[in-house]
Formats: sequence, C-alpha cells, structure tokens
Amino acid sequence: MSAPAIVVVGAGPAGVAAACRAAGCGRRVVLLDDNPAPGGQIWRGDRQQRWLARLADSGVEVRCGTTVSGLELPGATTILATGARELFLPFPGWTSPGVTGAGGLQALIKSGFSIAGKRVVVAGSGLLLPAVASLVRKSGGSVVLIAEQTSAMNMAAFAAALLSRPEKLAQSAEAALSLLGVPYFTRCVVESFDGGRVRLRRGNAIFECDTDYLASGFGLVPNTELAALLGCRLLAGAVEVDEFQQTTVAGVYAAGELTGIGGVEKSLVEGEIAGLAAAGAVDEARALFGRSRRARRFSAALNRAFALDGGLRALPRDETLVCRCEDVSHSRLKGLASWRQAKLHTRCGMGPCQGRVCAAAAQFLYGWNDQSPRPPVFPVPAGLLADPGSFEGEPT
Amino acid sequence: MNHSADVVIAGGGIVGAACAYECARAGLSVTVIEGAIIGGGASAAGMGHIVVMDDSEAQFNLTLLSQQLWSERVAEMTDGVEHLPCGTLWVAADEEEMAEVRRKRAFYSQRGVPVEMLDSRQLAEAEPHLRPDLAGGLLVPGDSVVYPPVAARWLLDRCGARVLTGVPIATLDDNGATLEDGSRVSGGVIVNALGAKAARLMPSIPVTPRKGHLVITDRYPGFLRHQLVELGYLKSAHSAGADSIAFNVQPRRTGQVLIGSSRQFGADHKGIDQPILSRMLRRAAEYMPRIGSLIAIRAWTGFRAATPDHLPLIGPMPGASRLWLATGHEGLGVTTALATGRLIADQITGRSSPIDAAPYLPARCIHG
Amino acid sequence: MAERVTIFVDGRPIAAERGATVAAAMLSAGIRAFRHSVSGEPRAPLCGMGICFECRVTIGGEPHRRGCQTLCQDGLEVSTT
Repeated sequence: MSAPAIVVVGAGPAGVAAACRAAGCGRRVVLLDDNPAPGGQIWRGDRQQRWLARLADSGVEVRCGTTVSGLELPGATTILATGARELFLPFPGWTSPGVTGAGGLQALIKSGFSIAGKRVVVAGSGLLLPAVASLVRKSGGSVVLIAEQTSAMNMAAFAAALLSRPEKLAQSAEAALSLLGVPYFTRCVVESFDGGRVRLRRGNAIFECDTDYLASGFGLVPNTELAALLGCRLLAGAVEVDEFQQTTVAGVYAAGELTGIGGVEKSLVEGEIAGLAAAGAVDEARALFGRSRRARRFSAALNRAFALDGGLRALPRDETLVCRCEDVSHSRLKGLASWRQAKLHTRCGMGPCQGRVCAAAAQFLYGWNDQSPRPPVFPVPAGLLADPGSFEGEPT
Repeated sequence: MNHSADVVIAGGGIVGAACAYECARAGLSVTVIEGAIIGGGASAAGMGHIVVMDDSEAQFNLTLLSQQLWSERVAEMTDGVEHLPCGTLWVAADEEEMAEVRRKRAFYSQRGVPVEMLDSRQLAEAEPHLRPDLAGGLLVPGDSVVYPPVAARWLLDRCGARVLTGVPIATLDDNGATLEDGSRVSGGVIVNALGAKAARLMPSIPVTPRKGHLVITDRYPGFLRHQLVELGYLKSAHSAGADSIAFNVQPRRTGQVLIGSSRQFGADHKGIDQPILSRMLRRAAEYMPRIGSLIAIRAWTGFRAATPDHLPLIGPMPGASRLWLATGHEGLGVTTALATGRLIADQITGRSSPIDAAPYLPARCIHG
Repeated sequence: MAERVTIFVDGRPIAAERGATVAAAMLSAGIRAFRHSVSGEPRAPLCGMGICFECRVTIGGEPHRRGCQTLCQDGLEVSTT
C-alpha cells in the first residue's frame, strides 16, 4: 500500500524545493499553483533555473492554473508555500494606469510585457528596487531613478551585518548603479503621480520628473490567507512554525516567505526541510537547521534595514483611494475603529481582491490587526466551491 | 464610566438600531450597547431582504407593517444602504407548486398586496437565466433588499442615541447592564435585542441559533433582476430539526449575486459546512445552470435567532418588571426590524400600535 | 524565434509571443484601461501576479478573468467592457 500523496501548495522556490525533496524520499507529491507555470515570482519565465529542471525530473505531479478553496485540507499531509505579495501603499495617483508595483512590473516584464524604449521610475523600498531597475535596463527600458524610502545609514548597517567590509560593498553597489547611469536616492519618496509626472520628496527637497511608468512597492507581506483558513496560528503576520516547518495544525507544514519575509535562500532551505520532514526524513531535515538559522538571521537584518518610515502614513490625501476594488477613500476610513468595521460600513476590502491590497495598507496606515480571511482563498467559479476536491488545472 | 438612559438597548444589530430609532423618535433618551460592531452579527451575515410573508396572519401583519415603515425610511437613507426595489419572485417548478402560487396569490390579493402570477414563458422572460422547464411563479413587486449594517448605522446616527461599542455585556438585569469592563449602564427600560445570543444572558428565552450559509459573487449587472425563492422552500426549510437547503438568490445593487440558502439547527461552530455548502450551490445551479460559472468571492455563515413558533419575541419579559425582549426574528430580522421598533416604542410609551401586538408577546412561550 | 500568436482585444488583433500573458500582451500593445473601477476610473495591472484583480477582463465570454493569470492563445477573444 502506498502512502497518500503529499500536497504542496505554491510552486515558488519553497514549494519546488519541498516537492523535490519529498519526491526524492520516494513519496508521491502533487504540486499545485495558481499561476500558469511553476517558478513563483522569482523564477517566472526563467528557463535556466536548476531547481525547475530538477522539478521536471522529480516525478512530482505539477498542476498549474489550480486554485485551492481553503474549505478543506488539500491533503492529509500538506506543505504550504504560498509565498508573499507586494506591499502597496497609497499615494495620490497610485490608481492611475502607468503605476504598477515594483515586483509587479518585474512580473509583467517576465510575463512578456515589452518595456523597451520606455522610461521607468522605481520607488518604494527594499532589495527588489535595484533588481527591477536592472531588469528594466536589460529589457531595453530606461530607469529615470530609484527612490528608496530608507536611509543610507540603515542600508549600510544591513551590509555591515552581513559582510566584513560593508563600506566596500556599498561603494561597489553604488558604483555599479552609477555606471548604469541610474540615480539611487535614499530617503526619497514618491508624493504623487499625475499623467506621467512624478513628484518626489528627498529629505526636505521636492522635485519632479517625467516617466512612462512608475513601479512602486514597499516590500513584501506573507500570503497567510490559506494557512489562516486551515486554522494555522499566525505570529506577527506570518505563519508560526517549529524547526521542522510544522505549523500548529497537525500534518500542515509551511515554508518560505509566508513564515517571514527572507528571500530565496530562506525559502529554499525551509522548503527542503518541510519536504524532508513531511516525508519522514527527520535526520536529513535536521542537518539543514544550521542553514535555516543563518537564512533567518539574514532575513531579520533585511527587515530592519528596510523598515518603513512612519512618515509614509502621511502620503494619502483625503480623496486618495485605499480600497481599489470598491473605491473607498482614505477620508472614509481614517476615523474607524477596526478592519471589520471598515468592511461592514464602507465595503473596504469586500471586492474580488478580498482585501489583499488594501488590508496590508490599512494595517500600516491605521494600525488595524483584526483581519480574518473568508473562503475561498481566491475567487473561483461558484460551481467549484460546490466541489472543492476538483482541480481546475491539467497535470503537466 | 457609568451611564443612564430612559431605554437601554442591548445589541446594535438592525433590530436594536430600529428599537433605538423608534424609542428616540418617541422622545425617550436611548443608549445602545454593542459588544462588537454596529450591524455586525446576523444583520451583516444575512441577505437583507424586506419581504411580505404569508406563513401566518401574524407574520403577514408584522412584515407588511414593517415594509411600509421601510419604504418611508429608505428614501432618506444614505446611498450606502443600497436599497434595491427588486421584488420577490416565488418560483414554481411544477404543477404542485403552481397550486401554491395560486394560494399565495389569493392570500396576498385579499389583503391588498399587489402580486402578479407568471406562467412558464413569462417567468423565462422575467429571469432569462432560470432553467427553461419551470412551471411559473408569483411576483411580489413591493419587496426589496438593503445592506443592513449601513442601515443600522444610519438609524443610530439619525436618532441621536448614545452608542457604546466594543465592550460586550456581562450581565443584564431589571435596572440595566453591566459590561465586561465593569462599567454600568442603567435605564428605565432594558431591551434585550441580542439576536441569536439573546439567551446567553437570559437562559429562559427560547431562542436557538439556526445556522445559515451564503455565497456572494463578483459583479454581474443584469444577470439577475428579482430576488428568487423556490417554492419548495416552505416545505423544506421550515421543517424544524432537519438541515435544509433551498434555492434563494438575490441581486445586489452593486450587481453582485447573493446565493443562498441553508438552515441548520445544532451547528454551533462558525466554519463552513462543506456538505451543506455543496448542496446549496448545486441546488442553485439546478435552477440557474449559469450560476456555477459566476465568480464567487466570499462564502460565510451566520446564526439566525429562531423561536419554536417562528414568530419573534417582542414585548415585556414575563416575571421581570423592566426587561423587554426584541429578538427571535429568525430569517426576517431585517424585514421586521422597523415594525419591531415601533411596537417596542408603543408599548413602552403606552401608545396604541398599528397592528395587534399580542401574537409577538413573549408571554406566549415564556412563563415568568 | 518565439512563436507568435494573435489575440483579439475588443476586436482589435494584437500579436504576442506564445507564453506571454494576456495582461503583458495588452500592456505591450499600449492598452491603458483594462477595466473601469466602480467609480469609473480607468485601471491597469498593478501586481502582475494574480493578487490585485485590477487586470480583470472578459476572456472567451467569461467576465472577471485575470489577464495576468491567462496565457495568450491564438484567436483568444478579450473584452475590456
């Protein structure tokens, strides 16, 4: 008799690593993802990725274009690797066409959007910003500037935490960027976007520039909705796990960004541990604990370096929309007591994105922490809710 | 911090808000205590329909009066109340259910409620997404739907009641309420309008939670024109004690489609019951095959306050001198909220009421 | 050379590489308004990864489908209204 399949939800680095390691233990593994192809955001469109090559040879059953309802456990043993999404903060003009996320623009370019010949301002916070700028240039676009909200000092401290000679690194990073001819401004924030004109504040100075696209993102937030619906306990916005990546629900593991934002190395090692642990290879999993702890230290340093400045709360004007699905403005929300009150009395968060964009923004702007997601995890045809065991995608 | 008022209302759902509104309009000072969020319980979880019902003469009188009161109010309410005068279309699947259509037509017509009988072809024209082989239906054009949390908020804002939110009530007694933070709210009259939770503080009240499931879709303007209810509903859903589902869908003013409904006793956990949800959605798809392809964005549950005889408890609590009840409205809390408020205010002030209040008095099933 | 396919957006033919998403192809073609918000604002993709639902279009007659989660196929009919 063969053991039941291990179901992995999410085919980014953590999910792919988990699926490969579990399959390597001889277990049948089903890997589900909402996107058209495996790879998650970081490996989107990357045909050279060695983990994806490994996945292709692993015997893992990959089902893309598949939505999980969240109404029942996807498998007796489930590994959640649902990743993270971008944190968007509202500013005047952020709903205009021409404004995308930073990771958003990256994903669109990797999905076939031709940025060649276009000007782009990259703004927000985090290591993603230079990565996006680099992709834009590589794809034939020009980067007007990078506006990073954190200070140069915070970034230097981050480098110091990781390397013995941080000044050198900072200098070389700056040099690399300036060689590309891209101004990289710290303590710099987009105040508004209006018809291709971006208004920025750098320290106390205000200046403007023209652009075709503004790519703005303020870091990442874990996609905890499915974990929360399945009853996993959350801690500070991330899924709580033990060293084996086991959540507080028996048989449910979590790996990668949803246990805390930390980048691809953290995702890979956590995915490997979760895959091994779920398949019962406890000793092999334990051998990876050292790598996992190092990845978490990196993650903590990263999050300190790019901590959001409280001044960003002053960006939205009264009429600036916070909820883009239901068009609910800042003025209607700022006096309310809770996220649930905002939902019930203004429709904020009640649209098809189910609050994925505005809830994280509202948490930052207003301090609301009472989010409790409703099923389904993602909008699905009503007929599928009647039969949540069915899969939408075809095995690849 | 302590407060006092002529009337203290426990519960800020649509019923509590309507009681506050009518009492304040009668000149009384009112304090409403809501442990969570105004309109956040069954008011938010339900369908928000305002329907004239014919299960009994008493139910008819209460729903009709309340519908009249709603139609006076909705014109002045804020846009967020999302009033939609869509009418109700009772759908008959076969000849047996057409007999029920004719009975209902006679009932409503004799009492002055405009209705229109539709044959199979007229039904298909009225709702093109219904499956084609249905027998017909009865259109009650005066029925409508609202979004109750905003309506509750409006009623409280408009009447100027003092509203205390965020701290649940620990105990209710003849003189007032003690909140969980130890503060005290005293009043001349105390009204328990806690819906399905009414019996938690007063265990002798025969109100039990009756669970329901709902699903809402993205926006599909024009997909649905009327609230639709299958006529098997009366046979199945009101058979107390058994879990039941029925085809009941509703257009929202946003263009969304609300898909119901289910009724369960004895289910006290808030989670989705997959077998019930599946049956409910399959039933909806039997009547409207296209409904399965509409994108569902949210599913949830709620608890109705059910009484043994399906009539609400409106009036003095037997055996208590100053405690009153306004609960037990089951699936008709939104419909009957304004009439409930009127009856409560009339009884407290000694005014006469537009309808006989006797069928709803708690003394019929609570003995003090 | 990557294989080219043609999709039709509001009847207008748009060439795209096979494997590109509908959202990417529409943006490359200069389309600014994928949908109009409930208060009438034009909207275009924000997140590019299936989260924000700003790229909702009607695909093959089905409304509210995410352009960023749908791959271009030859002859695919897309509508922005």
